[in-house]
Amino acid sequence: MAPEKLGCACEEVSEQELLARLDEVIQEYREKPGALIPVLQIAQGIFGYLPESALKRISRGLNKSYSEVAGVVGFYSFFSTVPRGKHLIRTCLGTACYVRGGKRVLDSIKRDLGIDVGETTPDKMFSLEVARCFGACGLAPTITIDNEVHQRVKPLKVHELLDEYRNQGAVAEKGA
Amino acid sequence: MWPRGKRNGVCAATIETSAERKGWNGMPQLTIDGMSVQVPEGTTILEAVRQIGVRVPTLCYLKDIQAIGACRVCLVEVQGSRVLVASCVTPVLDGMKVFTNTARVREARRTVVELLLSEHNGDCQTCNRNDDCELQALARELGISDITYPGEKSARVVDASTPALMRDSAKCIKCRRCVTVCGQVQGVGALFPQYRGFESVIGPAFTNELAEVVCVQCGQCAAVCPVGAISEKDQISEAWAALDDPSKHVIVQTAPAIRAALGECFGYPPGTLVTGKMVSALRRLGFDGVFDTNFTADLTIIEEGTELLMRLKAALVEKKEVALPQFTSCSPGWIKFVEHFYPELLPNISTCKSPQQMFGAVAKTYYAKMLNKEPKDIFVVSVMPCTAKKFEAQRPEMHSSGVRDVDVVLTTRELGRMIKQSGIDFVSLPDDKMDSPIGMSSGAADIFANTGGVMEAALRTAYEIVTGTPLPFENLHVAPISGLEGVKEASIEIPRAVPEWSFLDGATLKVAVAHGLGNARKVIERIKSGEGSYHFVEIMTCPGGCIGGGGQPRMTDNEVRMARIRAIYKEDEGKKLRKSHENPEIVQIYEQFLGKPLGHLSHKLLHTQYVERGL
Repeated sequence: MAPEKLGCACEEVSEQELLARLDEVIQEYREKPGALIPVLQIAQGIFGYLPESALKRISRGLNKSYSEVAGVVGFYSFFSTVPRGKHLIRTCLGTACYVRGGKRVLDSIKRDLGIDVGETTPDKMFSLEVARCFGACGLAPTITIDNEVHQRVKPLKVHELLDEYRNQGAVAEKGA
Repeated sequence: MWPRGKRNGVCAATIETSAERKGWNGMPQLTIDGMSVQVPEGTTILEAVRQIGVRVPTLCYLKDIQAIGACRVCLVEVQGSRVLVASCVTPVLDGMKVFTNTARVREARRTVVELLLSEHNGDCQTCNRNDDCELQALARELGISDITYPGEKSARVVDASTPALMRDSAKCIKCRRCVTVCGQVQGVGALFPQYRGFESVIGPAFTNELAEVVCVQCGQCAAVCPVGAISEKDQISEAWAALDDPSKHVIVQTAPAIRAALGECFGYPPGTLVTGKMVSALRRLGFDGVFDTNFTADLTIIEEGTELLMRLKAALVEKKEVALPQFTSCSPGWIKFVEHFYPELLPNISTCKSPQQMFGAVAKTYYAKMLNKEPKDIFVVSVMPCTAKKFEAQRPEMHSSGVRDVDVVLTTRELGRMIKQSGIDFVSLPDDKMDSPIGMSSGAADIFANTGGVMEAALRTAYEIVTGTPLPFENLHVAPISGLEGVKEASIEIPRAVPEWSFLDGATLKVAVAHGLGNARKVIERIKSGEGSYHFVEIMTCPGGCIGGGGQPRMTDNEVRMARIRAIYKEDEGKKLRKSHENPEIVQIYEQFLGKPLGHLSHKLLHTQYVERGL
């Protein structure tokens, strides 16, 4: 769903620079009707989450009250106001995924990571969220990790799947 | 517009339309409960129903402000429609047959209200809306004696963060009236639905409290809330405690808007003047002095009018850089609005305190001295149509007398409750008169209560000072700036000025008036774009002015506003003194105490400064 993944929100880029990038986006969207949700999406791509400073900027830039911006952010589970880990796992609990064992998949992930929905692992590697349908019901139960969709996930295979991502990080670090 | 054809299950094909009949005049004809009615195209079923005197209940609807079909209480049956329709958002169709009172309709409304009650974490017996609650009244009207949907109640989060307002999420029925009034009418936007589903709450951003966000505390949310979810912060017990304290000399001031609305708390129709009974009631409550905010409204005119003339002189004669236009400063919601949204305009706001705060400062100095008392021994209670006045009284700078100038602020609704608590039979009270020396007022002070009134009062005095002749309008009413239009303008020509003000000879004074902060924004934008250029601008926070304040008896719509405004003008016209500068008690306070307008004591007691608050 994220239209662009503009790098990660690690310390290398200062908040000022990120806010300047956000200002450009606001400038581009300010005259367009229905701009709030796309701007929030892009902002989340820029910051990795939606910090208060960004939301206030958006509120002023799009001439919408801060309460309205917050209301939209709070309504959609896609938006997060807390920093997230390197990888974002979304478990689908839509109807099809639910009846085909989505809940068991979720429980398995929770056990494996030792965190609850909405939380991030202490090593900042994974964040866990629940989603309502990716539109891939034929592949249920599904989860997404970052922008990849994983189909017919089995609770017993969760650990193996997550290891791929853990190792990815290790390989990348070694390479660097 | 509503297309002809299938919508909400209404099939136009089954209806013989007038268009096919002869003589179609663009006015759809329909029947409501068998009664034939013709209304303009675009009229909703609810409006049509009300025109013929049939009552369809509503909870979220606000005439001219909100029709969103959220509460589902206004459901009616339309012949040919599979489902019941929300009458507040369904426009009439030609040939429609509407039924407002069928078994199906009654059952559906009962179910809707039962479902609301099943979540509503109310405590009717101890709620301040007991007997004044739309949900309670509706449950009674629909004959609900049992709630057949037991289940979870809304979570209770109480927000007591501001001096003016209380929020209780457990009582909220999510009708969104407050959201619309705060966002659309006032242009503030402090409230919005947060989160989702059963967890959703109406409130400031995320879990913030009102004191942490941009809220001007005008209380328009509390004025439209159908239940006890947002209300004024009740200070009745503080007032009783002062009255019961023998060491305090407790006096009361009443704002001009109270006398045209307090009667509504006791069953009088809107627009009934109850000045005399109000004074009697206050005396019986035990106040040691019953005074009038009108007195300091007259004082405001002298100070603020002089301030305007001085600004004009500085600009035109001394060629100095001065902030013009000058904006009025009586309305504390407006002041906080500027402090948040337009801090660059703070130099344009008159430095005059509001009449409430001038009264407090004068009462604890000038009046205290007459009684040979210390400021701390005087306890000042205000009765205001306004919740923001509670905030204003607690501003840290409002200590000109050395102690807090105004101790407790009660809204009109609180005074109504206090009178009931005391066992006073308001209706049978005799008329009484305000006390001296800070109780006499001119008609110009009365009209501070309504939009255009402060401007008119200022013009009555300023024009006469500058020209030596009375303001040349019939009955002293400046017609172009009266009434309920959102933004009003007038130009006043000064044909000949007296020598002292000769620089205004032949000048034209341009003024603007706005009520409701959404309209205030429009005026400001007009000024900023250069489209509007004025010398003096009156802003009142609430629609209609103080008579429509957030602390007034519910419900206030435009008809009620107009009724109260007519009453205020009647009070004004009934007075021998119509201009502030003719008030002998005003002449006296300058002679015996203040010296002259904008003098040293005036600056200390009657003027103030503002702060930038950020967004």
